[in-house]
Amino acid sequence: MTDDRLVIAGREFKSRLWIGTGKYKDFVETQKAIEASGADVVTVAVRRVNITDRSKDNLLDYIDPKKYTILPNTAGCYTVEDAVRYSRLARAAGVSDLVKLEVLGDERTLFPDTAGLIEAAKILIKEGFIVLPYTNDDPIVAKKLVDIGCPAVMPLAAPIGSGLGIRNPYNLKIIMETVKVPIIVDAGVGTASDAALAMEYGADAVLMNTAIAGARDPLAMAEAMKYAVHAGRLAYKAGRIPRKLYATASSPIEGML
Amino acid sequence: MQDAIHIHVNGEARTWRNGATVADLLQDLGIRTERVAVELNLEILDRAAFGQHRLKNGDRVEILGFIGGGISVKD
Repeated sequence: MTDDRLVIAGREFKSRLWIGTGKYKDFVETQKAIEASGADVVTVAVRRVNITDRSKDNLLDYIDPKKYTILPNTAGCYTVEDAVRYSRLARAAGVSDLVKLEVLGDERTLFPDTAGLIEAAKILIKEGFIVLPYTNDDPIVAKKLVDIGCPAVMPLAAPIGSGLGIRNPYNLKIIMETVKVPIIVDAGVGTASDAALAMEYGADAVLMNTAIAGARDPLAMAEAMKYAVHAGRLAYKAGRIPRKLYATASSPIEGML
Repeated sequence: MQDAIHIHVNGEARTWRNGATVADLLQDLGIRTERVAVELNLEILDRAAFGQHRLKNGDRVEILGFIGGGISVKD
């Protein structure tokens, strides 16, 4: 599907699978998982540099920013002020204006604080950031985010790291029908079929971390996710048959004895 | 002129030589400038100007970079 590129804010992406780089055993495993997944967008967090032990490797020594789009997030931010501060730091440390904006509402669910999200997005968009917001599966909030200038929205499938899969496919479908920007289903995927389903519903991409990093064999799961996202996208474009209660024979009656 | 200044780097109290700039601090710590962001007393510095900011007694410096992270992870 070389002609089926995902375009966000004028940037083209080859892969519709985006992956997070947290929770891996080490940077080598992170690098191998990214390769196995075929992802060309990887998310990273912004944190204090270790100043006492400089022997520790740098993640970007393993993920070439020329080869991958590095998407910094504001993970761990619970206030608008923190999310804005981390976004600015990410831009200062990085190479682009892209930010995956998270403003979290609660430690137990890690659900987004959507009121704070909209407020932070407004501030950052005014400063020239390309804001990709991690949001709830709420169609009204998704529309508001697009109205203020987000070039894509990232609704969750289920709570972060829960592996529950898509909890509200109908809300996701409404979001896909009502907003005219790419939808990246973010968080909650458990296994390959969840990712395939998201794509079959019409998502433009899927972002995941724990489903791969937490699998017994992360590299095999990364590969499984690559095929799942690809298969789901192809099926979506091919158009599924309608569901019917009764059988429809696929062999002709004509010619029977 | 005193020989040493007391500053905080990433939350840790440090004694540094007087007259050092932010660029000197990074170099002394063995940190490559191209992949970090530096906040001096809550103000984000332009990377090109690291050499122009001379550290003063009581300064709070934050040096941040990218680490593995996907979606929010509880530490």
